[in-house]
Amino acid sequence: MARGKIKPKLPQSSDDPRVSVKLTVNGEEVTREVSVRMLLSDFLRHELGLTGTHVGCEHGICGACTIVMDGKAARSCLTFAVQASGREIRTIESLADPDGTLHPLQQAFQDCHGLQCGYCTPGMIMNILSHLESDAEIDLSDAGVREILAGNLCRCTGYQNIIAAVRRAADHMAPKAGQE
Amino acid sequence: MKPSLFDYVAPRSVDEAISLLKEDSGAMILAGGQSLIPAMNMRLASPSRLIDIQNIPGLAHITVGNGKIAVGAMARHREVELHDGAAAANPVLRAALGHVAHIPIRNRGTVVGSLCHADAAAEMPMILVLTGGSVLVAGSDGRREIAAQDFFQFHMTTSRQPDEMVVEAQFPVLPPGAGFAFEEFTRRHGDYAIAAAGCILTRNGAGAVATVALAACGVSSKPLRLFAAEQILAGTRLTAADIKAAGDAACAVVTAPGDMHATAGYRKHLFASLVRRAVEKAAARAQ
Repeated sequence: MARGKIKPKLPQSSDDPRVSVKLTVNGEEVTREVSVRMLLSDFLRHELGLTGTHVGCEHGICGACTIVMDGKAARSCLTFAVQASGREIRTIESLADPDGTLHPLQQAFQDCHGLQCGYCTPGMIMNILSHLESDAEIDLSDAGVREILAGNLCRCTGYQNIIAAVRRAADHMAPKAGQE
Repeated sequence: MKPSLFDYVAPRSVDEAISLLKEDSGAMILAGGQSLIPAMNMRLASPSRLIDIQNIPGLAHITVGNGKIAVGAMARHREVELHDGAAAANPVLRAALGHVAHIPIRNRGTVVGSLCHADAAAEMPMILVLTGGSVLVAGSDGRREIAAQDFFQFHMTTSRQPDEMVVEAQFPVLPPGAGFAFEEFTRRHGDYAIAAAGCILTRNGAGAVATVALAACGVSSKPLRLFAAEQILAGTRLTAADIKAAGDAACAVVTAPGDMHATAGYRKHLFASLVRRAVEKAAARAQ
């Protein structure tokens, strides 16, 4: 057989069962037909182009993919897109103003030097945000902040500056006297 | 790191879920997915069909009454942890839940899911054994209750039949005046236990041990009650010698082989310390 005649028989599309998902992402309703095995992390990145959500370990250890689902922090790599159907998702893209003004939590990370390479930062921020925005009181002691951060790995900073950033953000985001 | 192919179904009732389980022996129930999805991502698990139970009404309850805390199959770890009624009825649940992975995982993972996954080093299976709890299982022939002692069989193995689904876990409330403790050691916060020990004990008017339950995880192929150590402590006034003897006796159940986290000898030594600490702490809390 002449070499030129061999053609790869690659499928044009996958045989994966597909399912329709409809969810709210950063305030916008989105509908897509996706494979049932598509992870929410891949859905956000590949289907919606929201690449601010980072993918690290894909088995729930590193926390880089953390997003906020119905007000609570969750691992997008340990959730299928189809499980998020009907839910409200927030990602790091929702934080800064359109004019580029950073959210107080992002600003606190910058001011306190709470990041170096930045890979873990979106997951860190979404996890911390879910606590800062919840009604429950936050324990801002070292142990309390470390408990919040326990599910997010950072290999650069040594965490001290991230802890400082959490405290600074909590201070900035707390309702000031007279404004309540 | 992507899961292999599967079919996905999201039934609206327990009966429908059970008939779907019966149709396909390779099917698995998906609740929070915090153990199953990592196993699928790493292709350690390849279910042919996932039966997502999140849309079935009536499975997310946490109720306290009739001497027990009932936890539905869709109740998340974090919901149970923050449930003040459950914490008041049996504080050992909240004490142990603080050790289950991290908050974002606990926000999604379910208590019943953890019981069904039956990791021998996981906290909640051990708490079910410690409290003498049970699971309520629905199958084609109706419902049955399985005691914790009979439910956990081996690593990742329970006595649930392939066409059955656990719909509720039942944790007995803490006996009146009882003290409790949960002691765990891990290399990193949120990891599975290298070893952990739990204790619930009551003392009579004279200060002697009236009832005592001790349980362990991370040291064997399933969560265990520590009957030999319990017998040593029963009726004693918990002198240092009594507590040391109980810790030494507890070591006999350690069969987990040495691994990258701990040699077998280290794990035994560690476990004896954890048992002693759990007994001391529970004794101090008992009235």
